[in-house]
Amino acid sequence: MSDLETFRKETRAWLEENCPPEMRKPMRSEEDACWGGRNAKFSCEAQKVWMERMGAKGWTAPEWPKEYGGGGLSREQAKILKEEMAAIKARNPLMSFGIWMLGPALLKYGSEEQKKHYLPQITRGEIRWCQGYSEPGAGSDLASLQTRCEDKGNYFEVTGQKVWTSYADKADWIFCLVRTDRKAPKHLGISFILFDMQSKGVSTKPITLISGRSPFCETFFDQVKVPKENLVGTLNKGWDIAKYLLTHERAMIGDAGDGGIGGRSIGQIAVDSLGTDAQGRLADQALRADLARAEIDGWSFMLTMERMKDEAKAGQGIGARSSMLKYYGTELNKRRYELLMASKGHAALEWEGEASRDGELPRAWLRTKANSIEGGTSEVQLNIISKRILGLPAS
Amino acid sequence: MALVLNEEEVMLRDAAKGFLSEKAPVSALRKLRDNNDPLGWSRELWAQMAEMGWAGILVPEEYGGIDYGMVGAGLIAEEMGRNLTASPFISTALMAVTALREGTDEQKEKWLPGIAEGKTIIAMAVDEGVKHDPAKTALSAVAHGNGYRLNGEKSYIIDGFDADALIVAARTSGEVGDEAGISLFIVEKDAAGLSSSRTKLLDSRNYAHSEFKDVDVAGDALIGTLDDGFALLERVLNVGRAGLAAEMLGASEQSFEITMDYIKERKQFDTHVGAFQGLQHRSAHLYSEIELVKSAVLKALQMFNEAPEMAGAGAALAKAKAGEVAILAANEAVQMHGGIGMTDEYDIGFYMKRVRAAQELLGDYAFQANRLAILRGF
Repeated sequence: MSDLETFRKETRAWLEENCPPEMRKPMRSEEDACWGGRNAKFSCEAQKVWMERMGAKGWTAPEWPKEYGGGGLSREQAKILKEEMAAIKARNPLMSFGIWMLGPALLKYGSEEQKKHYLPQITRGEIRWCQGYSEPGAGSDLASLQTRCEDKGNYFEVTGQKVWTSYADKADWIFCLVRTDRKAPKHLGISFILFDMQSKGVSTKPITLISGRSPFCETFFDQVKVPKENLVGTLNKGWDIAKYLLTHERAMIGDAGDGGIGGRSIGQIAVDSLGTDAQGRLADQALRADLARAEIDGWSFMLTMERMKDEAKAGQGIGARSSMLKYYGTELNKRRYELLMASKGHAALEWEGEASRDGELPRAWLRTKANSIEGGTSEVQLNIISKRILGLPAS
Repeated sequence: MALVLNEEEVMLRDAAKGFLSEKAPVSALRKLRDNNDPLGWSRELWAQMAEMGWAGILVPEEYGGIDYGMVGAGLIAEEMGRNLTASPFISTALMAVTALREGTDEQKEKWLPGIAEGKTIIAMAVDEGVKHDPAKTALSAVAHGNGYRLNGEKSYIIDGFDADALIVAARTSGEVGDEAGISLFIVEKDAAGLSSSRTKLLDSRNYAHSEFKDVDVAGDALIGTLDDGFALLERVLNVGRAGLAAEMLGASEQSFEITMDYIKERKQFDTHVGAFQGLQHRSAHLYSEIELVKSAVLKALQMFNEAPEMAGAGAALAKAKAGEVAILAANEAVQMHGGIGMTDEYDIGFYMKRVRAAQELLGDYAFQANRLAILRGF
């Protein structure tokens, strides 16, 4: 038996023993997602147990080094873990901006002390993070951000405002882009710092979206004191970290869209909703054609994600191509949700009520509209592709 | 299997790239067209390709081939697409060979070595109507003496004009529209009652229209099983579909590169037109679409070895996506070139004509999308 086969066998056995039955059912709502944190709210005991067991094993961040609380797995092993979890329909034990975003940045730019301090807390789900990037005046033009960070000798002092901070009201800590040099060109005066959201002078205010939900906040900083050791990387070199993280975020957002349908074909969902003709085909031919087109693009996109990962493994970095993934993946996800809405017809319009679980689909459909805005708009991605990949001249 | 090329495949692709861009670039196709070449491709060039093993790329080694498989074949087709190289590669080396590989030892012995040597050309005679639809085969074959008698017509036979033999999809039972009741026969060029003429299409390639009037073939002309040839025919067509998808990928890549070079050079309003966001965003979108095609095509090619039972789905996906994007690439190429893109003197028009034909052949977007939808249960 090869090492990988042995690993698969052991993984399967471990998951069988340790994944509670309740955690093998599809998530039914956002409350079923586990985010951990100091004030974690668990929907049930099994959710807590599952997070803690996976965290203790480092499998919440399978490919991070063991010394920082990760699983220390190779890419092949991580793939096997993913497959084995999918096979028993195991839920993601921990949703975490710490794992998805801050961690990769710390692994690349953090000091040894920072890695040892923060990363294990992240993998164990003890600290919930939020991301302080956008500001009212700095959206697509993120580098024009104005939140001020002044050197006060023993500490930094942060004053300013962030917006679209995901779950800022629920987060324990923030990783934040701040301006540390107001005279330098805009990209060269930015730093990347970490601080506790309970610090004096931090306040948050949820933003209600068109979906009726409030996953984002406005976040205000009024003379917040931040210890100097909380600077990540070099002072005024934070933009490099921001770019690196945005690349991560883009690949992630592009990857996220499965039409909210847990791997089921949108065509099959439409059949369930609308029925078929005598030949077993969706009766609405125009909708059927649109669904087929979305599936063709969906498969082709999925294969492209796979190819990029394989190429990265073969030593060919993704680089600016993450912009292509972000652009295409998010636009595709919006198309899928339009088709889901069409497939469910009038029923898709229900906003309140049990049948729709209080409008789960229409709210999710509305949520997808932000996919092509957050993490750099589709237009910004197209600009990046034009300049960095195609080498088209600046206007 | 990882969606990346291995070292050997990269070498094959580079060799094909070097050879074709030197020996068979768009100017070669232009010359064949302008000279009204009766065949539409060069026998001399095909012989050279055969020497490199391309004609026998799917032929087993015992019959003189290199049996390299579809990934390599796709890489060659892609480079042919870049250069718009006219050759019987897809018709003979991919499709006919796939059919004959499932023939009897005698059939293999008779035909495969000649194909691998680049001397024998065999075309698939499938379509009868204006849209590809193999189940609608009407051309009939009825038992006659020790063999069969064929009556009917075939159209748009790829490389069928002056081919040494045709592999004909014929109805031996059932009704037009049934998948059951179709059988494959190999019919030699000089068979009595067979007459073929060349059909000239917009891409200047070789297509035949053939009439069968009481064409008698011996019993050993049957390839595969009587009445049960549809599955084999599908396997043959899938190979052709994947080959065309790879060719269209190459054509898309090349026409896109030509266009990017052009808009970086062309000036209007005192600036390079490539600096305008109106063109940049469309270019970036097209780039993204071509990236998707690359993945779909490579996966389809790999599936012939890796998961043959899924090769039909893979080929349908690749053919659909590659065809859609090739049309977009050609349209954008002409539009971004402006007036010069409309001139015969400029090469872009050749790409537009070829991909229009290639996306129609062996089933267009709607045909493939319909197959995929059925496979996915909707």
